[in-house]
Amino acid sequence: MSQSEAIPIAPAYPPRSSGNPFRRAWRRFWSRSNEKAGYLFILPSLIHIIAFLFIPLVFSFFLSFRDWDRPGFQDAPYIGLENYEFMREDSRFWDAMRNSAYYTLLSVPLGMAISLAIALVMNQKLRGVYLFRTLFFMPVISSWVAVSVVWITLLDPNAGILNYLLGLVGIEPINWLGNRNTAMPAIVIISIWKGAGFQMVIWLAGLQAIPKEFYEAASIDGANRWQAFWRITLPLLAPTTFFLAITGVIGSFQVFSPVYVITEGGPRGATDVAVYHIYRRAFEEFDFGYAAAQAWVLFAVIFALTAAQLWYMRRRRDEVIL
Amino acid sequence: MTTELTPRIVIFRVLGYAVLTIVALTMVVPFVWMISTSLKTPGSEFSYPPQILPTEFNLQAYDTLFTEVPFGRYFLNTLFVTSATVAGQLLICSMAAYGFARLNFVGRDLIFLLYLATMMIPFQITLIPTYLIIVGLGWVNQYTGLIIPGISSAFGIFLLRQAFLNVPRDYQDAARIDGASEWVVFTRVFLPLNGPALATLGVFTFMGTWTDLLWPLLVARREEMRTLELGLAYFNARPNAFIQPNWPLLMAGAVVVMLPVLIIYFFAQRYFIQGIALSGVKG
Repeated sequence: MSQSEAIPIAPAYPPRSSGNPFRRAWRRFWSRSNEKAGYLFILPSLIHIIAFLFIPLVFSFFLSFRDWDRPGFQDAPYIGLENYEFMREDSRFWDAMRNSAYYTLLSVPLGMAISLAIALVMNQKLRGVYLFRTLFFMPVISSWVAVSVVWITLLDPNAGILNYLLGLVGIEPINWLGNRNTAMPAIVIISIWKGAGFQMVIWLAGLQAIPKEFYEAASIDGANRWQAFWRITLPLLAPTTFFLAITGVIGSFQVFSPVYVITEGGPRGATDVAVYHIYRRAFEEFDFGYAAAQAWVLFAVIFALTAAQLWYMRRRRDEVIL
Repeated sequence: MTTELTPRIVIFRVLGYAVLTIVALTMVVPFVWMISTSLKTPGSEFSYPPQILPTEFNLQAYDTLFTEVPFGRYFLNTLFVTSATVAGQLLICSMAAYGFARLNFVGRDLIFLLYLATMMIPFQITLIPTYLIIVGLGWVNQYTGLIIPGISSAFGIFLLRQAFLNVPRDYQDAARIDGASEWVVFTRVFLPLNGPALATLGVFTFMGTWTDLLWPLLVARREEMRTLELGLAYFNARPNAFIQPNWPLLMAGAVVVMLPVLIIYFFAQRYFIQGIALSGVKG
């Protein structure tokens, strides 16, 4: 005679539901989330994000393997990797990527250096700094088309203010937008002019986070301003530097509006940057499948550059900082 | 802390002001040039040396802009599209933010993580398929096509959620004990307490939508659907190089595009700078 038969143990509580254990577990899990109103609160945004982000994302991926050459839904044949294979030999696309890289290489470091210089001056506790900040930020909030139209006249070879000012110091008039060598630098000048205020605000926030004691200690040790800048300011600004470098590279590879309005990719393709090139492929040549494939390659390049910068940042942080 | 005014410090200050003044001029002169050229008489806009201020004020360009070119229509389009987008963002993002910040439901954190992940998707990937979806829905040349894709954003939800997390839990509990429904807690407690965050998102959305070029370029194919930014871009694009552009007219258009943004900027500067600094958007 076994014990279990002798002493039947009555359950403390009768089972609430006689369903299978999975259903019971699910019910307990579900009722623990007592605030189901939450689903209703996030529902509109969820529908939006599915319709305008998740579906386009998946759609874009499939699109890049198809020969989709008219707007609208249609029977577009699956062509495998043909779009990507064609891209390998497509020198126009790689020229556009090279132009984007050139634009990035000029605009990001120059823009960061200039805005840092301004931020350093702004950080000197001068009176009226807020007025200056208001003015410096005006281009940032401006419309690209409006400022582009203005800059076309400022860069005019004969009557533009820029050439007039250069003339005062004896520099011959430059045909900024008409010359293959100066068109991209002109776009870079305009971009830096428009973006410097934003970068300056970010630099300023970074500068104000550096404890004053560091500078006091350095000056007691006999360091001058120049040394303090290189030994204290710059190393401690590293997070800001990386933030601006990373967002700057991402933003620069996506530049579109000034090129569309000012140069239309010209003269002779000198400013045909990646996003503008993809735009033309898709919406002027209606080669949607191929343009989608190009967009993925551009994304892969931006992603790789960002990952490389993050990797470098992590390594540097382990090595150097404090 | 008072600083002693040594000659060295005075020189540094003078140099500092000199640098800031030069930079300020660089930033402001294009705007002055824009306004002044818009007031010049066509044909007299380019003199040598360049004249920063016009000799006479001529409002002809503004008159032409609203009578011979449909800039009034563009203005109303832009106003409607921008207002609807801002209203949509404020409503949809704040609702979602309340859900994510203050309501416990199954899968909440997982869904929020997915939202955050979408912030890394670059626009050029989704641009073409979103356009094709809009074509499929028949929303080309419709206000819905211009508005609906922009009425919610993961960035807006993230920004408002951070603000809502700072509202003390007691406020929510107290309202509930008084018998308030979740919707009442949301509209009567959370929205009034988070004015600055909502203003930041509103101003940021306003600016982005008012000055957007690429999306209207794709969706507003017919002239009467164009926004100001798009209208000005078409206006600037000449059919051929031999037609001399009417610069005062173009500049007047630029002024009309910029004026509302600049006015709101001067009154709500703090929110502009906050929104842009948070989003990491450059120009």
